[in-house]
Amino acid sequence: MTTITATRAEVCVVACAEAFRGDGEILAAGIGGAITVLAARLARLTFEPDLITHDGTCLLTGDVPPLGETPQVVEGWLPFRDHLWLVLNGRRHVMLGASQIDRYGNSNISCIGDWARPRSQLLGVRGAPGNTVCDPTSYWIPRHSPRVFVPKVDMVSGVGHDRAAEAGPSAYRHHDLRRVVTDLAVLDFDSPDHSMRLASVHPGVTVEEVVDRTGFPLAVPDPVPRTRMPTAEELRVLREVLDPGSLREREVPDPGSPAPGAPASSQGRQAPGPSRGRETPA
Amino acid sequence: MTGKVMTVEEVVGSLRSGMTVGIGGWGSRRKPMALVRAICRSPLDDLTIVSYGGADVGLLCAHGKVRRVIAPFVTLDSIPLEPHFRIARQSAAVDFTEYDEGMFMFGLLAAAHRLPFLPTRAGLGSDVTRVNPGLRTVRSPYPDGEELIAVPALTMDVALVHLNRADHRGNAQYLGPDPYFDDLYAKAAERCYVSCERLVDTADLLKEGPVQSLLISRSMVTGVVETPGGAHFSSCEPDYDRDEAFQRAYVAAASDPEAWKAFRERYLSGDEAAYQEAVRLSRESA
Repeated sequence: MTTITATRAEVCVVACAEAFRGDGEILAAGIGGAITVLAARLARLTFEPDLITHDGTCLLTGDVPPLGETPQVVEGWLPFRDHLWLVLNGRRHVMLGASQIDRYGNSNISCIGDWARPRSQLLGVRGAPGNTVCDPTSYWIPRHSPRVFVPKVDMVSGVGHDRAAEAGPSAYRHHDLRRVVTDLAVLDFDSPDHSMRLASVHPGVTVEEVVDRTGFPLAVPDPVPRTRMPTAEELRVLREVLDPGSLREREVPDPGSPAPGAPASSQGRQAPGPSRGRETPA
Repeated sequence: MTGKVMTVEEVVGSLRSGMTVGIGGWGSRRKPMALVRAICRSPLDDLTIVSYGGADVGLLCAHGKVRRVIAPFVTLDSIPLEPHFRIARQSAAVDFTEYDEGMFMFGLLAAAHRLPFLPTRAGLGSDVTRVNPGLRTVRSPYPDGEELIAVPALTMDVALVHLNRADHRGNAQYLGPDPYFDDLYAKAAERCYVSCERLVDTADLLKEGPVQSLLISRSMVTGVVETPGGAHFSSCEPDYDRDEAFQRAYVAAASDPEAWKAFRERYLSGDEAAYQEAVRLSRESA
């Protein structure tokens, strides 16, 4: 049996793809960038073949093209108006980004600081409010840090468990936060009070690192599982078919093989804003 | 053949300060930038802008034309953040009505259907309700009893949209992959002005696209303007893609007052023809 070696980015793609497992014939909507788009396409090409994926604009692709390539087969049309309709309809699992996220999964992409006169104006809430109360929602956070994982977000854009419960049945009826994948770990809300729980740490990452880099108390099971490694077939599809140009590695630089307890990755001092263009509603 | 054909100056000359102006397109896509640039050159101010926002919002903010922005986002797509909108927000120079994207669409739909509001789940539980204290909820009169956000109609005095083709009566056609919401803007506004890449005879409209591409009917349109390159630097597929190099230059210039002054001087100090010529020259020297 050969040993499988995968980069951190590849572990992240698979962890994001796992979010779509069991989704069936619905749209897997990534927010853009390499990892979430690869995740949806990888899931479709391997364990979730009925998923619907799009080209980043308004085409539903009949084939599953490599990152950045034009689809050869088109199976549907989803202009923005229909994408916004689909959000309300719910046959869609979205993987959002967040500049801030709190322990109940409230997220912020709108602005940092006081809303009336923000220190840093970001995108605006976009579709996060509707997405989170209408569709299964997961998050992809490329740099796990206390600047992102905060006790309280400055402007609730995506709705978390506590806020959905407060807002009543219309808000929580379809509210379905699935998982938060970061460069260090997978988190979910499978705890008694639906607060964020450490579901698994990526290979080479310690529980302490994740706890240290999270700005609020995490529910931590004992023991904490390890995020699964990609299979040989998943790695083949990723490396040879979907992303031969290795764009995934630019989004999540590989920390190499750190000694136990060493920092899992060099954390860039990046502003807590979205790091890339978003092409679809979210 | 006089019909509704106008110049950008005539369109902007018919607007008044304090108006609510809807602007079509999405982000940095098919924005009626020639009309936006003409507003920037005009004495208009105190405008309320309704937009899935891009550089339209940014440019108008940079020129001090805006009192309030109503939008779910302001973005340049390939560059996530709009620099002039950020400056305006961070200096509290403009008021902001921040809606979810789906709420915003329902506001357009309500206005287009002459309804006071439409109910939606989108926005519940989020801080959109906190920062819009005037928003109300409505309870379903049916046994489900659901309590939903009542998105008020986004009525507008004027809508400005840019399409690929139009005829002199104002029938307008999109040839790209996405209509965005331009027909809803046209229906939501008291008056709608269409700018287009090319004016064509009515009989020629179906030579370039199927009947489904006829997005806006002349009954919704007050005036039509031919402005080749009129969406620049946003995209106007299939006539042209977004001018990414120019967009980067626009963003870079916004980071410094002197650079912005030079950018304005170079591109925005003359009329639309001067703008297009300056863009052409910058391409040649690139």
